[in-house]
Amino acid sequence: MRYLNFLVLLFVFIPIKAIALIEVDITRGNLNPLPIAVSPLSIDKESNQSLKEILRKENIGSEISIVVENNLKTSGLFNPLNKDAFLQEADIVHLKPRFEDWALIKAQALITGKVTYQDEKLRVEFRLWDVLAGKEMMALAFTTVPSNWRRVGHIITDKVYERLTGEKGYFDTRIIYVAEEGPKVKRIKKLAIMDQDGFNTKYLTLGNELVLTPRFNPTNQMVTYLSYFRNMPRVYLLDIETGVQEVVGDFPGMTFAPRFSPDGKKIIMSFAMDGNSDIYTMDLENRVVERITNHPSIDTSPSYSPDGKYICFNSDRSRYQQIYIMKSDGSNVKRISFGKGLYGTPVWSPRGDLIAFTKLHKGKFYIGVMRTDGSGERLLTENYYQEAPSWSPNGRVLIFYRETKSDSEGKGFSAKLWSIDLTGYNERLVGTESDASDPSWSSLLSN
Amino acid sequence: MLASLILTACATKKVQNQMQGDVYTGTDTVKYLASGVADRVFFATNESVLTTASRDTLRKQAEWLRKNSKINVVLEGHADERGTREYNLALGERRANAAKDYLMTYGISANRISVISYGKERPVDSGSNPLAWSKNRRSVTVKAN
Repeated sequence: MRYLNFLVLLFVFIPIKAIALIEVDITRGNLNPLPIAVSPLSIDKESNQSLKEILRKENIGSEISIVVENNLKTSGLFNPLNKDAFLQEADIVHLKPRFEDWALIKAQALITGKVTYQDEKLRVEFRLWDVLAGKEMMALAFTTVPSNWRRVGHIITDKVYERLTGEKGYFDTRIIYVAEEGPKVKRIKKLAIMDQDGFNTKYLTLGNELVLTPRFNPTNQMVTYLSYFRNMPRVYLLDIETGVQEVVGDFPGMTFAPRFSPDGKKIIMSFAMDGNSDIYTMDLENRVVERITNHPSIDTSPSYSPDGKYICFNSDRSRYQQIYIMKSDGSNVKRISFGKGLYGTPVWSPRGDLIAFTKLHKGKFYIGVMRTDGSGERLLTENYYQEAPSWSPNGRVLIFYRETKSDSEGKGFSAKLWSIDLTGYNERLVGTESDASDPSWSSLLSN
Repeated sequence: MLASLILTACATKKVQNQMQGDVYTGTDTVKYLASGVADRVFFATNESVLTTASRDTLRKQAEWLRKNSKINVVLEGHADERGTREYNLALGERRANAAKDYLMTYGISANRISVISYGKERPVDSGSNPLAWSKNRRSVTVKAN
């Protein structure tokens, strides 16, 4: 897999004046999503003909606008309006919208654009308009290979999201996960990767060996995961561009629960030996292994703070599974979860202020968040079984997996990916081709 | 009506007979390494402590291993589905090692025993109920050669 850099050209830039413009508040559950009109991107006949041959899409301009529309809708913050109500043609509106028409259908924001095919490249420009103020808010153009057209839609969404919420988006990203099939007692698991919106699924392993818990390197296209290759459960490092993989470290037993450090230079994981699991790191440059915890309890599921100074993990040193934090050298271990029940899989938010976790209490599983000192616990969702949250790169959305109950024959069992906003609103099933578990969200592929 | 009540009562009793506390005591899933030598031991939720019955099973395994000194074994540790994946991997490893330590105290050399944890990945019973979970919380002794 290759990643082409987008050539981002500043196409028109209008200085933003300090007048009241539309804004979307993402800090609360948004019950009134912003009405937004996403006009199909216009495309000239000649470009359409060429792109039709290459991409086998009737009209790539409208396909890209659908990508944007779906992204905006799933964010829960926007309400894309029905295109049937649009009064202006795609090419004319991109030049100068008749704002009265758009205000009439209650659009507050409007996205327009234009697609051309030049020198074997796809060129897409778009504009974001404030309908009520009658002003252009931003205008950008991108040039890339035609096959990257979905990514153009994701990047447009990121730009719009950022302009309207004041925070980075999370649309030009991917999810790595474990694809599952077959009966529960003989489950086949493969590593799979897809775009954040469920498209472009690719399988990275064949299912010959059990694979678990893939995680992205936040800085590049490397992945770390657990594989039972040759029946030896070990942490592996995989380059998803080249397919090259290697075992991480030379441990005389099971290594598991891997995750990268925020700078991408270390892997932190557990190593189990003689019935005891402790946390270790390995530097990927000099291969130096460091032991971080040394305690007869189970210490696992480590996750760094975004500044790399702290580590959160779960341990049963107080008899039951609870969340702890410590300095990254293993000193100052402190328990932070004191609520009722068991707590596991802590993951530090990319914003640094929260830790997401799985909680088990009275036979129910919860995904929740707490501050890094353990205060302010908030449970976002309750279910029969769910665990392993992973943050969107902007720290606004969590993705996790949920399993359903099965009868004594194993019927009724399923494993699916779900996402939920930090606010506890906007819970959604994330579509996958097969059953799925252990999702991990990538960083933004472009900025 | 009465018949269905009796049936329910029987079913409940059957479950109770197969569990003590929440440790499985039945034989549904058990295989035998040799006559009278059960291949697996069961654990309580979140526990890796060997029960009296488990120690009895492991002593028989040790005796069988002493008699068959060329046989090596793999102890496969498992957890039920009601825990987080990573913690369950550690728990499975701890359970298999509890069995390994016991075999060693009965004279079986560590280099004849290897250990692998499958966490919650390889249940024997796919049901989502306490009895199924109790069968899945186990350490299984498997011939390695």
